[in-house]
Amino acid sequence: MSQINRISGGQIDRAKSLNFTFDGKSYQGHPGDTLASALLANGVRLMGRSFKYHRPRGLLSSGSEEPNALVELRTGARQEPNTRATVAELFDGLEAKSQNRWPSLAFDAMGVNDKLSPFLAAGFYYKTFMWPKAFWEKLYEPIIRRAAGLGSLSMEVDPDTYDKGFLHCDLLIIGAGPAGLAAALTAGRAGADVILADEDFALGGRLNAETFTLGDASGADWASATVAELANLPNVRLMPRTTILGAFDHGIYGALERVSDHVAVPASGKPRQTLWRIYTKRSLLCAGATERPIAFDNNDRPGIMLAGSLRAFANRWAAVPDRQVAIFTNNDDGHRTATDLLAKGVRVAAVIDTRADAPRMADCELLAGAEVIDCKGRLGLTSITVRLAGGQTRQIACGALGVSGGWNPNVHLTCHQRGIPVWNEALAAFVPGTNPVGMSVAGAANGTFSTAAALATGAEGAVRSLADLGFKAKAADLPPAEDAPVNLSPFWYVKGASRAWIDQQNDVTVKDVKLAHQEGYRSVEHLKRYTTLGMATDQGKTANMGGLAIMAEMTGKSIPETGTTIFRPPYTPVPIAAFAGRSAGADFRPVRLTPSHVWAAEQGAVFVEVGMWKRAQWFPKPGETHWRQSVDREVLATRQSVGICDVTTLGKIDVQGTDAAEFLNRIYANAFGKLAVGKVRYGLMLREDGMVMDDGTTARLAEDHFVTTTTTANAVSVYRHMEFCRQCLWPDLDVQIISTTEAWAQLSVAGPNARKLLQKIVDAEHDISNEAFPYMACGEITVCGGLRARLFRISFSGELAYEIAVPTRYGDGLIRAMVEAGREFDAVVYGTEALGVMRIEKGHAAGNELNGTTTALNLGMGGMVSKKKDSIGSTLSEREGLTRDDALNLVGFRPVDRSRAFVAGSHFINKGDAANAANDQGYMTSVAYSPNLGHTVGLGFLKNGANRKGEILRAVNPVANEEVEVEVVSAHFVDPEGERLRA
Amino acid sequence: MIINHPLLGPRDSQEFTYLGDASLIDRPDWQAEDAVDRFYDYLYERENPAGEHRELWFHEQGDRSWLVVTRNTLTHEITNVELARDVARARGRGK
Amino acid sequence: MHNLAAITPLGGANAREDRIGGITIAEKPDRAMASLATRMGRDGDVAKAAKKLFGFALPEPGRMESKGDWAAFWTGPGQWMVTAPFVSHEDIAPIVKAGLGDAASITEQTDGWAQFDVDGSDVVDMLERLCPVPSRRMKAGDATRTSIEHLGCFVLCRVTGESFTVICPRSSAASMHHALSVAARSIA
Repeated sequence: MSQINRISGGQIDRAKSLNFTFDGKSYQGHPGDTLASALLANGVRLMGRSFKYHRPRGLLSSGSEEPNALVELRTGARQEPNTRATVAELFDGLEAKSQNRWPSLAFDAMGVNDKLSPFLAAGFYYKTFMWPKAFWEKLYEPIIRRAAGLGSLSMEVDPDTYDKGFLHCDLLIIGAGPAGLAAALTAGRAGADVILADEDFALGGRLNAETFTLGDASGADWASATVAELANLPNVRLMPRTTILGAFDHGIYGALERVSDHVAVPASGKPRQTLWRIYTKRSLLCAGATERPIAFDNNDRPGIMLAGSLRAFANRWAAVPDRQVAIFTNNDDGHRTATDLLAKGVRVAAVIDTRADAPRMADCELLAGAEVIDCKGRLGLTSITVRLAGGQTRQIACGALGVSGGWNPNVHLTCHQRGIPVWNEALAAFVPGTNPVGMSVAGAANGTFSTAAALATGAEGAVRSLADLGFKAKAADLPPAEDAPVNLSPFWYVKGASRAWIDQQNDVTVKDVKLAHQEGYRSVEHLKRYTTLGMATDQGKTANMGGLAIMAEMTGKSIPETGTTIFRPPYTPVPIAAFAGRSAGADFRPVRLTPSHVWAAEQGAVFVEVGMWKRAQWFPKPGETHWRQSVDREVLATRQSVGICDVTTLGKIDVQGTDAAEFLNRIYANAFGKLAVGKVRYGLMLREDGMVMDDGTTARLAEDHFVTTTTTANAVSVYRHMEFCRQCLWPDLDVQIISTTEAWAQLSVAGPNARKLLQKIVDAEHDISNEAFPYMACGEITVCGGLRARLFRISFSGELAYEIAVPTRYGDGLIRAMVEAGREFDAVVYGTEALGVMRIEKGHAAGNELNGTTTALNLGMGGMVSKKKDSIGSTLSEREGLTRDDALNLVGFRPVDRSRAFVAGSHFINKGDAANAANDQGYMTSVAYSPNLGHTVGLGFLKNGANRKGEILRAVNPVANEEVEVEVVSAHFVDPEGERLRA
Repeated sequence: MIINHPLLGPRDSQEFTYLGDASLIDRPDWQAEDAVDRFYDYLYERENPAGEHRELWFHEQGDRSWLVVTRNTLTHEITNVELARDVARARGRGK
Repeated sequence: MHNLAAITPLGGANAREDRIGGITIAEKPDRAMASLATRMGRDGDVAKAAKKLFGFALPEPGRMESKGDWAAFWTGPGQWMVTAPFVSHEDIAPIVKAGLGDAASITEQTDGWAQFDVDGSDVVDMLERLCPVPSRRMKAGDATRTSIEHLGCFVLCRVTGESFTVICPRSSAASMHHALSVAARSIA
């Protein structure tokens, strides 16, 4: 039997053994064990090295408050750093490693830091690594990060999945100890929708760790019987292994469920963890209390732990750190540990109680009015030094010391909405003050520590919460239970101690707190940041009160006057992966696919993300090795014959109603009232501040029916804006709008042969000749033998062009039919890159030009802003600053040396001027290589550009330290007269 | 946060998009003598109250209603939720 | 009859159906859909004409109604989506328009959306992992719009606790199908 410190009893399944390793060494434990309890049972006390001084450390606690026993769990890609051994449920094959030590846990080379401690006090980094500044990033920080710190990352992709979800309930009960179970029983029986969540895998809280009886049953048995009843109630959802991590606005709670942390590898399809968002009408916080230590010199040695944890290990897990122990306490509860351990056959050398009038409660030696002032045993406790009431000292041999400085109610969640806890003198602890709306607190979390009071207040809390919701609940019948009062005399640290640990996780000592005070960091928030007290994974659950008490003493104020730091979510650490949930990797966000996507993928199209859309960027042909070859071919073929492009992604908004035309008049700068049915008009949409918001075309299908398009990027925001105008500005206009973006597959057909190609698709009864269907015509037609479709004669490329729309399910069929019909014309299908080249060649503004800082005037469309009507943005577009003579104008640019290229983002500088901001003349917005012209072309905004044609400037790119001489030209590089598109 | 939609009951604020001060409903008269000044004030001059604030929210992932939500900026307490269209009409907006 | 083949939102020639654990996820391209929006001040006319055309009164906020070929669910103040079998009502907008006249604005919506019927005794456990609406409390005939995987979707309850329809933007059908499948596997 290698489990040398396994004692009798406990809630472990001894019939089954689980194999695990710690730092490569094999051990055995049982179902019901945590990694911490199994290590203790196997005689392991040393579990980690401290953060800064690399001091050997063991367990301080048995729960989620653990500051010391942080391990790396699992190996390879599943390796997880900073896991608290106390909450790691043991499973067969578990592999754990200690952290922050080299080469081994027992001999850590960085342990030298401990000897250097006089130089490593609070504020050490700030004081030491001040200069030279340049050294910080390259030298100091990497060294510090390597030496200090916690676990390491595998740097591999996490193979597990994480889930998210949403739950609703009448009453959320946080914590399944006696108060939570009594509350759940009461609310569950009343028929309310109840969620009972607890971070532990075994519900019952302290009932599983104590030897008290509830009526005739042991606490643990009562808990399991109660859980069994609750499990049978369909309106109660039990959530073990679930931490309520935060209380958010309006009764919303965050919860992390560790679905598969207790197995080696999650079952197929199962998430590792699930992050829940819980919508509650009421909540009852039954989170219990956390014990706090007393600081004395070298109080961080392995084997020294909280007294309540020592007895939890013995009672629940049948494990002790050693067979000979001592107790150091300032209150009655510490004595319980002695009693329980004695009952388990463990030798209790003495109970050292700081109170001179300490009662004798356990059958062992009592040293009243005494203090533990130091101890020995670097890698594991061997003895303690006690200063007796009379002042003489005594050595006591022991391998474990249980310390109790009293208990702090777990008020954390009550503070998540800025609630401030209040000081309770009798408990020498903070208890809940103002709670978040809808939350009440019961049991130890509210400062009522006895089991009987926990049961009673839990049941009462449930009755009261449900009464608010209209339920008539009856408090569950509860068994009699212990009802001992709290007897405590505050005692935070042994006077004269200096290397006495307050915050073991951050290596903050009594001396550091005093130093902070001496140097003026006296506010608790300053204390925290200067010393790092209360930071990192445990957030000072066992440390904050000690630091606060010492600071109070230093400043001569009371503890409540000194204050308390603000508790923020999360209650315990949450992996980033859980926040990401399913939104990881390729599923980071949903994608939108165009109607021709299947066909495009078959063609080997290269796709580009445009917002959520995946659009074909170009379609490589065999032999093409560079994207420019494909794009140039697509552009040339379109301008020479005909090209097809899927333009479904443009937003389409259906606008109907008797006031539809008037509505459009008001949201577009230009007028729509006189647009004839069967015609399309370009529209310029301004923001109220006069900047251009979006542009698009609007087709009038009937007197009271328009279809308006938006740019792909602005589809959502334009729709939102239109609803704002409709509902908030002109609520009585008769206009109805709805998006139809995805209902129609829309293909652009452009090029001299566009009409000929379309005539093979459009049914013969629809005349689409230039006379019958001129530029800017639109109509409802049929195609391919009777399918309803819409045709718009509009052009983005500057060519004779149409856009044809069919119901989306037929979009795939349509592009195949068009490609087939286009064979005789050598038709190409082009992607967004060719689309961009052609619109730049034509001088059409797009997203680069409609960048939120440009006006109609800047774009050369100032004349479109009608002064005869009210429209959004028209008034403020006339502001002085927006109409100055040297305003930026959109113009074209070509390189003086045609073989040279320039880039978008370049700034224009006059010849001979220094390239600085003061001499800035404007900036280049869009650049492409024009295969038609054989050189690079650009669009850009230039001061007074409209009047500077022919001027030579420099396009300066300070990022690449390059500049190119450019000539100012018309933005319309191709067909400036617009003859092609009217052909 | 939870917004108690006048038609749909309590809904998670994640379904909504926030715009800002409800005074954006009170768009000035474009034909007023001092229209530019009025529009300037309308667009840029905002109260930033520490306390009750009437603000516009759009139920984008819902019924597409614009709502006027009265929210305490200190506590997030929401004391009133109205359809913006009703508010606009009550403030004299029409066609 | 035209000669263009149709594909489903998931890109196949036929509707896809998957069974994961106890849950069935079925693509439903066989429903035609149109939006119906009341014109200013015409609520009474719409109510009357709709009753006559569909055989039921247009539903209240958050609800859906159906009878025979027709079903309708509320989408916003004075607005509904109306559905009917695709095979008999492919050109649904003119059909509804003919019944409602100038009292309402009608817009074809059939292919703007992808519909998935999700069925099974655990379906609520799946939906709880996807959307914030209280699917466990939804009753047959409840219909609401919400957000699933950042997408605006309609969630309709056909049978309390067992059968729902999720309607998402058509272009994101593949992402929605993935989300539904992953959630179904996580509870399977």
